[in-house]
Amino acid sequence: MTRLVRMRKTLAEQPWELWTRQIASILRMDLRKNFLSRRGVWIYLLAFAPVSLITLHAILDHSSSISIRTDTEVLAGIFQFFYLRFGIFFGCLGIFTWLFRGEIIEKSLHYYFLAPVKREVLLLGKFLGGLVTAVTIFGLGVLASFAVMYAHFGPVGQYYVFDGPGMGQLLAYLGVTALACIGYGSVFLALSLLMKNPVIPALLVLGWETFNPVFPTLVQRFSITYYLKQLCPVSIPAPGLMALFTVVSEPVSTVAAVLGPIVLASLVLVLACKLVRRLEISYVAE
Amino acid sequence: MKSREQVTGYRETATVVQAASLPVPTPNRLDDRIIFENVSKFYGDVLGVNRVNLSIPAGVTGLVGPNGSGKTTLMNLMTGLIRPTEGRISVLGLPPNRPEELFRKVGYCTQFDSFPKGVTGFSFVYNTLRLHGLDDREAGRLTHEALQRVGMTEAAFRKVAGYSKGMRQRIRLAQSICHHPTVLVLDEPLNGLDPMARAESLELFQGLGREGLHVVISSHILHEVDKMADQVILMSSGYVVAEGQIHAVRTEVKEHPMQILVRCSDPNLLASRVFAQDHVVEAKLNDDGKGVLVRTRDADAFYLLLNQLVVKDNIALETVAPADDDVNSVYQYLIGSENKTI
Repeated sequence: MTRLVRMRKTLAEQPWELWTRQIASILRMDLRKNFLSRRGVWIYLLAFAPVSLITLHAILDHSSSISIRTDTEVLAGIFQFFYLRFGIFFGCLGIFTWLFRGEIIEKSLHYYFLAPVKREVLLLGKFLGGLVTAVTIFGLGVLASFAVMYAHFGPVGQYYVFDGPGMGQLLAYLGVTALACIGYGSVFLALSLLMKNPVIPALLVLGWETFNPVFPTLVQRFSITYYLKQLCPVSIPAPGLMALFTVVSEPVSTVAAVLGPIVLASLVLVLACKLVRRLEISYVAE
Repeated sequence: MKSREQVTGYRETATVVQAASLPVPTPNRLDDRIIFENVSKFYGDVLGVNRVNLSIPAGVTGLVGPNGSGKTTLMNLMTGLIRPTEGRISVLGLPPNRPEELFRKVGYCTQFDSFPKGVTGFSFVYNTLRLHGLDDREAGRLTHEALQRVGMTEAAFRKVAGYSKGMRQRIRLAQSICHHPTVLVLDEPLNGLDPMARAESLELFQGLGREGLHVVISSHILHEVDKMADQVILMSSGYVVAEGQIHAVRTEVKEHPMQILVRCSDPNLLASRVFAQDHVVEAKLNDDGKGVLVRTRDADAFYLLLNQLVVKDNIALETVAPADDDVNSVYQYLIGSENKTI
């Protein structure tokens, strides 16, 4: 029997239906906690902060220099510099590190550990819960920013979105948002299992993500931003050194750019599975 | 708790009283027992339990020991919440590090008095059953059944945060029994319960034990352990100091003579007769003058002698009962001098 056939047989024998039901149960419990927790209010503020700024701009700024092209570039800047490098990063830090660490702090992790759920299935369920939360909150934030930005142009804006490149750009922004949540989410989930206080390593990740363009291309490929930057639909005209943060010197294909963060996230999640398998309940030490 | 350095050499002087009632497991019996093989658990340098060897059969097993003796550590090891530093554990043939299989058979009522935020009593139990993979209908049915068994039906839809300590204890108990486990691990399950609920819970545990379940209960209340446990495990400072049926354990404690209370028609005569024997160290008349408390190093010899005296001296016996053949006495003899508090 070849290895491939054996693998297929093993996969077919797994209780996929049970795992799906268990993941659905975990999602049901976690989504409510993730969306309605009071301690998560700052994540909503983070996601919707640009919307209020763009709204102010739409209401107050009536100078003749305003054009769709300028505002498209402004939106691209907001997305790349605020959402991608700050908002989604810290939002995911808050959501994904809390998935297990929060349960440990609130002394409720044993509730999951006392159920006949494979630890890997639990991790996947919790990761998906975090992912749905992060993508929904930041996706809505990006969508609202986009809508407000083009709404004040009236019919011209409407034409740009529905008959021009607008809709494609919106979908690209949403896609990049989802990929960023997958990438950062997996990293922060693993970090929260690796150490009690994941904030300091998270800041190191932020430093790595910010300054990785100065490293050789091969090293850059271990960064999530490296792939996401090239998927952004609008390039930002950045002068001098700033170009380092917006321009990709050796871009990969679109497919590779999409698969890059997913592969990275998968590898990190495999590591996280090993960590959660070894995780013990020791609330006293927290 | 003792540090790793402190425990070195402890084992050589510690005496484990192992009653004959718990036989050494043979491979074909592994699947119906909870087995600890040379299990140690250290939290860094601090000892949790050390070199524990146990083979727990079906029935109610009482886990007794003072605070910090390792009872909860033993239960957490058994259920995979923590992993042993050394040794091997098997619960009905399953290793505790496979929760997906273990918790189909095991229910654990922990001492952790914390719950997922905003949960009601019903959803606490119901969500557990959904995690088992059950559909809405079956999970609902089993939830109602478990809530009924612990008397929590009326308060089921109230938030757990508003429950009293006893209600929280009962809802945890409901969660641990809702899936009809064959092994039930209960860490201080009677804490916070009122006398009525205590009596009902005791009856429930005994009933489950009679049904052939493995019920492992830790408790500080020795007379309750005495009442419900078929066998006991006595722990002190991370070590198992005695295990087995309480009578057998008591018999093994040779350094403390057995106390036997005899109520009869002529206590004075009986006292004078038995005191002449070598194995009898004390024969004390009761204050009411109707009984004798005998302390003997050889209970079997005493019972034989008593039979002879009844025939020879025509003494009418009212009652003959061991006076220190209980968990409390055994606890005092084996642990009491080391740890006065329990």
